[in-house]
Amino acid sequence: MIDQTRRGLLKGVLGAGVAGIALGSGLVPLRALAAPDASKWPKKAFATPGVDETIAELYGMEAEESDKISMDLPTIAQNGAVVPVKVETSLPNVTGIALLVAKNPNALAATFEIPKGTLPFISNRLKMAETTDVVAVVISDGKAYKATQNVKVTVGGCGG
Amino acid sequence: MASSIRARAVESGGVVSIKALVRHPMDSGFVKDSAGNIIPPHFIQKLTISHDGKNVFVADWGPAVSKDPFLECRFEGGKKGDKLTISWIDNKGESDSTTATIA
Repeated sequence: MIDQTRRGLLKGVLGAGVAGIALGSGLVPLRALAAPDASKWPKKAFATPGVDETIAELYGMEAEESDKISMDLPTIAQNGAVVPVKVETSLPNVTGIALLVAKNPNALAATFEIPKGTLPFISNRLKMAETTDVVAVVISDGKAYKATQNVKVTVGGCGG
Repeated sequence: MASSIRARAVESGGVVSIKALVRHPMDSGFVKDSAGNIIPPHFIQKLTISHDGKNVFVADWGPAVSKDPFLECRFEGGKKGDKLTISWIDNKGESDSTTATIA
């Protein structure tokens, strides 16, 4: 029984992959056009150490603590190279979410644009060098809110 | 070459849930190889998901995102059979794109 469900799942995943390739290869000009534009990538914010400094650089304001942001991540991470982080919020009119790792050389890990119609939910995997606070920043109604959770890392994610 | 992106999108109750896995080294620039040389940074900077010509999700990533990044997000307004385009570009200008059909 277990094997059968496993087969089914694998088939589903492979099937989706093949369909994706078939469609993609049929749309060569569209593929070329579809490359995202990285010129607006916030280079400076990604090169700033410290949580508050990064939030200021990224959004130009301070973030207020909020209990309406829920973070789902392990309290102890065996492997700092792959720490799954989920963020969801009940705050209204969310336009952006950012994930910061306080003790990484540069705090900012990722920022997300949430256009209208997209739910304020993200799940992403992050690297963290050592036991650290992870901060989620949510932009709601033009204001910044944040929530913090500590992760105990037993093996660092930066190798070497 | 096979696409670097594997994505599944499932519609349920008006909400489309997208799961995407991208094959990419995501080198941070802080790690040294066995000979002690720094491995130069090589990571995805931007990933976009578009539906019906509009971006429904844009991620700006730094080198602290894990190797072979996994992403999950949800949006409203998609129907079964609709196409999603998922694309990324990295700091070396390499890019890839794929299409997924909402199931």
